[in-house]
Amino acid sequence: MLEKLGLFPAAASTHAGRVDALYLFLIGVSAFFAILIATLIVVFAFKYRRRSDDEQPKLIEGSLALELTWSIVPFGIAMLIFLWGAQLFVSLKTPPKNALDVFVVGRQWMWKVQHLEGRREIDELHVPVGRPVKLTLTSEDVIHSFFVPAFRIKQDAVPGRYTEEWFEATAVGSYHLFCSQYCGTEHSRMIGRVVVMEPADYQAWLSGDGRPAAGANAALATNAAAVSVATAGEGLFKDLGCATCHKSKPGALGPSLAGVFGSQVQLQSGASVAADESYLRESILNPDAKIVAGYQPVMPTFQGQVSEEDLLQLITYIKTLRSS
Amino acid sequence: MSDHVGTLPAATAHQFDDAVQQRDASGLGMWVFLVTEILFFGGLFTIYTVYRSLYPEAFGHASGTLDITLGAVNTAVLIGSSLTMALAVHTAQVSRNRRLVALFLCATIVLGGVFLGIKGVEYAQKFHEHHVPGPSFHYSGADAQHAELFFCLYFLMTGLHALHMVIGVGLLSVLAVMALRGRFGPSYYTPVELTGLYWHFVDIVWIFLFPLLYLVERHS
Amino acid sequence: MSDTNYLNVDYGIRSWLLTVDHKRIALLYLGSITVMFFLGGVFALMIRLELLTPAADVVQADTYNKLFTMHGIIMVFFFLIPSIPATLGNFLVPMMIGARDLAFPRLNLASWYIFLVGALFTLWAVFTGGVDTGWTFYTPYSTVGANTKVIPAAVGIFINGFSSILTGLNFIVTIHRMRAPGLTWFRLPLFIWATYATSVIFILGTPVIAITLALVGVERAFHIGIFDPAIGGDPILFQHLFWFYSHPAVYIMILPSMGVVSELITCFARKSPFGYSFIAISSLAIAFLGFLVWGHHMFVSGQSAYASLIFSFLSFAVAIPSAVKVFNWTATLYRGSIAFQAPMLYALGFIGLFTIGGLTGLFLASLGLDVHVHDTYFVVAHFHYIMVGGALMGYLGGIHFWWPKITGRMYPETLSKIAALVVFLGFNLTFFPQFILGYLGMPRRYHVYPDEFQVLNVMSTAGASVLGLGYLLPMGYLLWSLRYGARAPANPWQATGLEWQTPSPPPTENFVVTPIVTGPAYCYAGEEAEVV
Repeated sequence: MLEKLGLFPAAASTHAGRVDALYLFLIGVSAFFAILIATLIVVFAFKYRRRSDDEQPKLIEGSLALELTWSIVPFGIAMLIFLWGAQLFVSLKTPPKNALDVFVVGRQWMWKVQHLEGRREIDELHVPVGRPVKLTLTSEDVIHSFFVPAFRIKQDAVPGRYTEEWFEATAVGSYHLFCSQYCGTEHSRMIGRVVVMEPADYQAWLSGDGRPAAGANAALATNAAAVSVATAGEGLFKDLGCATCHKSKPGALGPSLAGVFGSQVQLQSGASVAADESYLRESILNPDAKIVAGYQPVMPTFQGQVSEEDLLQLITYIKTLRSS
Repeated sequence: MSDHVGTLPAATAHQFDDAVQQRDASGLGMWVFLVTEILFFGGLFTIYTVYRSLYPEAFGHASGTLDITLGAVNTAVLIGSSLTMALAVHTAQVSRNRRLVALFLCATIVLGGVFLGIKGVEYAQKFHEHHVPGPSFHYSGADAQHAELFFCLYFLMTGLHALHMVIGVGLLSVLAVMALRGRFGPSYYTPVELTGLYWHFVDIVWIFLFPLLYLVERHS
Repeated sequence: MSDTNYLNVDYGIRSWLLTVDHKRIALLYLGSITVMFFLGGVFALMIRLELLTPAADVVQADTYNKLFTMHGIIMVFFFLIPSIPATLGNFLVPMMIGARDLAFPRLNLASWYIFLVGALFTLWAVFTGGVDTGWTFYTPYSTVGANTKVIPAAVGIFINGFSSILTGLNFIVTIHRMRAPGLTWFRLPLFIWATYATSVIFILGTPVIAITLALVGVERAFHIGIFDPAIGGDPILFQHLFWFYSHPAVYIMILPSMGVVSELITCFARKSPFGYSFIAISSLAIAFLGFLVWGHHMFVSGQSAYASLIFSFLSFAVAIPSAVKVFNWTATLYRGSIAFQAPMLYALGFIGLFTIGGLTGLFLASLGLDVHVHDTYFVVAHFHYIMVGGALMGYLGGIHFWWPKITGRMYPETLSKIAALVVFLGFNLTFFPQFILGYLGMPRRYHVYPDEFQVLNVMSTAGASVLGLGYLLPMGYLLWSLRYGARAPANPWQATGLEWQTPSPPPTENFVVTPIVTGPAYCYAGEEAEVV
């Protein structure tokens, strides 16, 4: 409704309406104060205009009560806005557990998207309507930022680390995708679109035929594809020879990776670290940085041998390894 | 501040009311400048702190390759130079003995030179060991990548410190010549006092650099 | 009284290039930053021209990126930061406190030469290929991505930093040690309080940006990874260090302007400021709190959510002292005797535009909303409201106000009122549409853009041409007034303040007799303070 005015972008996520509400509230507050100040200035300027050149107005020292009022009242309003904004932010930082995982790798000047089920796309992101989607972002070169105005979300994709953002699309359609962090010559052409589809259409799209597939067929296609990123990771795990050392036998050169994801890992230094995506990533690229207690720093680095997408596949595979 | 030669108190510059105001202003100016300097080094110290907390083991091991004996000797040399500097200021404040002031200043210059010489020896060692960050960097210990970061910070921090030492030695040389010409005495010693402040500051920076770079993992 | 003043005391070129008179150095700065301002302005107009249509038709992507980078670098580091402190500050600080000069006149001259060297380095970078990193120099783009003249530009800014530091150091020492007899802290003009707060930021912030940009240069030159994640560095750390200076730098730009506006409002309302001590102390509060909010530039950078929460909270806190100033200025008008000379129009324009700029700052400080508008035209509009609507309006108001004192000539009043109006209207037409563009989602630093954003961009470009005209007008008539303007009396505005007690233009020593202060800074009503 608001977008009809031409002053608001399309609102197509659960988040959008809440951001717009805060925005409208802030416009109200701003308008109130701006009009208050402007009116006072105009009224005073007219009412107390200089009528003769030797006019001497009376001295007014100031007023502590007034100073306190116009410090405390704005502070109270500011705190209200702070809490409101913070609450939105916190919800934006906590993706629901059942969110669909999608990997996004930025590079000059394109977005490479990889769905868990294996389908890849460039400068486009297909998602189902009504289902939370969590994007895991990184970059191959410089900092980019994944910005979807219709969803009111934005997150930098930083080389060397993973960042996250999530949304739940509420309306089928095609929306702008912008890179909003300046990234070099073709920064303004690092754009694309986010396509929100009905779940059935999305499943069909995932399976690759682009046509809606029906019932059992679709489910089958999903299941068949559901392992593909992990499967690709498993293939890499074998090809790179990871399994030679990382096995769950006593005396193995490397620690077993079964169930490692999400656990607390004891390090040689005595510290412990939570094994999240960033930890796994670092351990592949720079194995010496954190040595697991009881093991030697013998693992070679895989920097230069694995791409960001390979890393995401390996990590996805490692995540599937459950301790037996 | 003036061009007069002799032991007379230097003339007050036109913008000041009297010599006391002039001395106060100069002193405050130097203190404000040192505050800026703290922030200047502060940027590097912040970077060091962040990376050391991220990669404590790599930093610990890389720190172990520094020559602790040379570092310790240099610390002693620098503290000694602060003593001679303080003596120079004190002498200028209480006596008209121009030779003694010049002598203490020269002693400070010599100690500063010794410090820089030892630093040069250390740099040469690092160069031979290929521990200088860049294309020819080679490091046999664990986590060479972050060790390089350590060496990078080592050279930046000690290099910036050494640059301050060189500037200090330059200032002291000018002062020594002025002292020999009898320009300083109880009525006018501001340049000696301010250069002293600067020299002590540079000294204190080293007092932080030495443990952070050399001693950080030596407890075991 | 003789007719000798600081301008006609000597005419040789050496008497200018080797001068240690703070008033002449102020004019040296005025000339050099005006050149930089028009250079930056030309870049701005080229940017607006390119954005007239969604396609790339005036310049190609690379050129466009260099244009906005150079516009930012020149306007921020070589115009806005030195603008008021180095010109009006240099001229007025000794005069307002009844001193003959700054504490260190030679350092003052040195700071101008350092500024020149820094500016020449940067101009060299501009004219031998340009820089395309954005004025923010974000790593790793600036260290491994860009293949433009990053190092000369960074060196230019590094060198220029020492000019800021020396200016700040000089002001702090002068204000502490060289006030006229009887001029206690709470009798100081509000412009002095603002300049003092600004100087503190110069001293504490500038060295950090200097070392940070030096490290970018080192990393580029020697390929060692301080901020490059490919070799173990952390690009976010660069952003922390960068904004630790560059956020307070915004207050370097706006605080002196607030000081100017405090002087203008009191003079043209002929009234002592409402809540003098609150305006004075709020300057220091802004300088202090300004150092604690840099992280609000990084809400979507990947910094920890806890850090973001704290930075957001503190950013709301820093809004309060600014609000206090606006309310106090407005209250000062109450029951005043208000005249509408050009400087007052600029001052009132400042209050309006700064209010909008400040209030939209709340949008950006608010976490959930910032995620959407961060790095869009909303941000561009917001900071132009502060830096151009605020800082530049204050600067122009101040230049007009003290022009009679500086040059001994009056500027043409009607023309300057028209110019003030043109600037105000042109400014709003240029930048207000950008708030809407930003909320619609147009990212900043975009050279080509989707068609639906065109209407607002056309409005903005139209406004920019009006604004450009508005800036050319004062340039023209102020120069004209140097020769044809009416001779200015010592105190054309019946203002208080020591600088008005001495002839226009002042003698080299500022005061024939050192003034003795016996009352508060502003005594328009009631008892006149005696100034001997």
